[in-house]
Amino acid sequence: MSDHIVKSYDRDLEALGRRIAEMGGVAEKMLAEAMDALSAFDVDLAHRVVSSDPRLDALQREIEENAILTIARRQPLAVDLRECIAAIRISGDIERVGDLAKNIAKRTLKIVSEARVPRAIVGLKSMHEIAAMQLKDALDAYALRDTERARAVWQNDSDLDALEDSVFRDLLTFMMEDPRNISFCTHLLFCSKNLERIGDHTTNISETVVYLVTGEAMPTERPKSRVADFGKEEAAQ
Amino acid sequence: MNAAVQATKEPPTKVSVRSLDFYYGADRSLKNISLPLRTNKVTAFIGPSGCGKSTLLRVLNRMYDLYPGQRAEGEVLLDGENILDPAIDLNALRSRVGMIFQKPTPFPMSIYENIAFGIRLYEKLSRADMDARVEGALRGAALWDEVKDKLHTSGLGLSGGQQQRLCIARSVAVQPEVILFDEPCSALDPISTAKVEELIDELTHRYTIAIVTHNMQQAVRISDYTAFMYLGELVEFGETDDVFNKPKEKRTLDYITGRFG
Amino acid sequence: MSLYASRRSANSVATTLCWVAAIFGLAWLFVILGVLLYEGVRGLSPAVFSEMTPPPGSAGGLLNAIAGSLVMTAIGVAVGTPLGMLAGTYMAEYGRYTKLTMVVRFINDILLSAPSIVVGLFVYTILVHPMGHFSAISGAVALALLVVPVVVRTTEDMLLLVPGSMREAATALGAPRAHVVGKVAYRAAKAGLITGVLLAVARVSGETAPLLFTALNNQFWSTDLAAPMASLPVVIFQFALSPYKDWQQLAWTGALLITVAVLALSIAARALSAGRRKSK
Repeated sequence: MSDHIVKSYDRDLEALGRRIAEMGGVAEKMLAEAMDALSAFDVDLAHRVVSSDPRLDALQREIEENAILTIARRQPLAVDLRECIAAIRISGDIERVGDLAKNIAKRTLKIVSEARVPRAIVGLKSMHEIAAMQLKDALDAYALRDTERARAVWQNDSDLDALEDSVFRDLLTFMMEDPRNISFCTHLLFCSKNLERIGDHTTNISETVVYLVTGEAMPTERPKSRVADFGKEEAAQ
Repeated sequence: MNAAVQATKEPPTKVSVRSLDFYYGADRSLKNISLPLRTNKVTAFIGPSGCGKSTLLRVLNRMYDLYPGQRAEGEVLLDGENILDPAIDLNALRSRVGMIFQKPTPFPMSIYENIAFGIRLYEKLSRADMDARVEGALRGAALWDEVKDKLHTSGLGLSGGQQQRLCIARSVAVQPEVILFDEPCSALDPISTAKVEELIDELTHRYTIAIVTHNMQQAVRISDYTAFMYLGELVEFGETDDVFNKPKEKRTLDYITGRFG
Repeated sequence: MSLYASRRSANSVATTLCWVAAIFGLAWLFVILGVLLYEGVRGLSPAVFSEMTPPPGSAGGLLNAIAGSLVMTAIGVAVGTPLGMLAGTYMAEYGRYTKLTMVVRFINDILLSAPSIVVGLFVYTILVHPMGHFSAISGAVALALLVVPVVVRTTEDMLLLVPGSMREAATALGAPRAHVVGKVAYRAAKAGLITGVLLAVARVSGETAPLLFTALNNQFWSTDLAAPMASLPVVIFQFALSPYKDWQQLAWTGALLITVAVLALSIAARALSAGRRKSK
């Protein structure tokens, strides 16, 4: 797209995009470190994750403020207006991703003392792989304004949902095997839930990317494996 | 939304411009314009200076006839009647298609006489009926309360915004069917602009309105349909929400987002 | 010296020269007015307004000359103004872009600056000579011929000053052309049009040359338009050149009267156009 006649307008919008990229980087790092901390029961790392959340919150507020200022100052229309709205929405999603990673780190701190069935974490690791990949793809789709990639992220979310189902069954099995696993596995259950929600936020981001580029909303129905997911989604809000 | 559903939802067409070309001498300043003005809707015309939007407006009431060397080709149907027909009664046409200009143009006479002027052209009213019509027109333009105590003072003594509303009242008083606004707010302060916009919003219940504006936010606010013109061509015409949110043409997008040039 | 300083000194030199030139010009005007007042007021008396022009050596006034001037100026303006207004209206409103208007404007400008003696000779040729004698009516015609170009010019100029948007606004209401001109354009230009007529009156009321060839002069009271008629300028001309002291005094007084009248008209015209500007 050619540049605006007013150069500072371009700079404002570019700054928004750069801040989003920065937030994405922070959130990706938090997620990766939270999972590393969980699998290695690394208390220091878990604390680091928790302490990096305020940085993400601050970035989000900054983006929101700048987007609102840009709207007030430039009265953007069409794609420019969507650019501002998308920045607000995506920064919100990334901030939630950070919160969920922080929650995994906090749970890690709680279960470190009673690390019982390390094999139970294997399923979570594969969930993380997919969620991290989805997050990266969604952020790339935003950076490149790539609707194809965004649609792919949107389609692939069902993989994560399916995997969550199987993790759920595994954890249930461990709990039935030995009731002393229940506390440990319940925390892991919440972690799997968190990973699934991160997946939901990546689909939100990709929906926003499609809206940003085309001006059209994505269909309200996402490819879902289970009807029950509607209830989950509401609970996640 | 599919096309068939949309078609049934379209309001009827008041004015239909068909393959319109316009010439200033040998200069072709409108090129094959075709678009509708929907009944009781506001259609905004946007585009850079010199794109022909004001010219198009001046075709709709044959204002260009005042000047030699200007001519229009094609068809402009007002309720099915071609107003470009040389045989048409121009004064009668103009009493049906009112026009508001960029600069307020009160006549050098009292506020009352400004309104009565147009009415007297086509109607003979008793004093009382005329008083009622003048009051109605001024109320319609949300000006009555401001001027009711000085109806017989000069219209030139009003503020710019009041003068513009006086002109709108004057136009409404002759009970036209279509009202053309040629950048009506470009000389007004934001408060006066808001009042005029509110007025246009009110008027759209009874009149078909076309407005030329350089203020895109204004077009978004007050119009139902938007036409984007560039270098004498109609680049895009559609519902305002669509034109300003997801224009089909790149030139439209570049213009409304300030990327032109 | 820096560039700026030299520019400043050049500026003050030029400004000083402008002042000197203006004062030089205005000074003569005030000297003329002063002498006129000094010489003219001495002869002012009720008799000036009540008695006829006297033969040399006896008392008298300027009544017949004043009346003659009023009558001929009135007729001249009454005939010339409608003609001039109509022509000016055509040029500004109807035929603004036509060749005819360009031609008329050009010729009108020539008439405007034509020496008035030429107009007098012209009327002499077409009216006085065929009639066989001088007459008030031919004097009035000569004055009318002088009024027309002034009124044409001011009418056209004043109507051109009316913004086109005003005409368009009236037209957009469905008003026919005649209505737009008569009810809106004339009204908008009213002060200017009146100013034009006043200026025309001022111009012709001091004319001597055309009247010399047409109305000539009359020592007695006359209201017969077919007969010669007295007028202030001609009387002044005649009396001022005479060797008689009392005639010369009457000439001074007449000159004062004309000057005061023309000055009053000019001031009225000024006031009107100033008022018009304020109301805009």
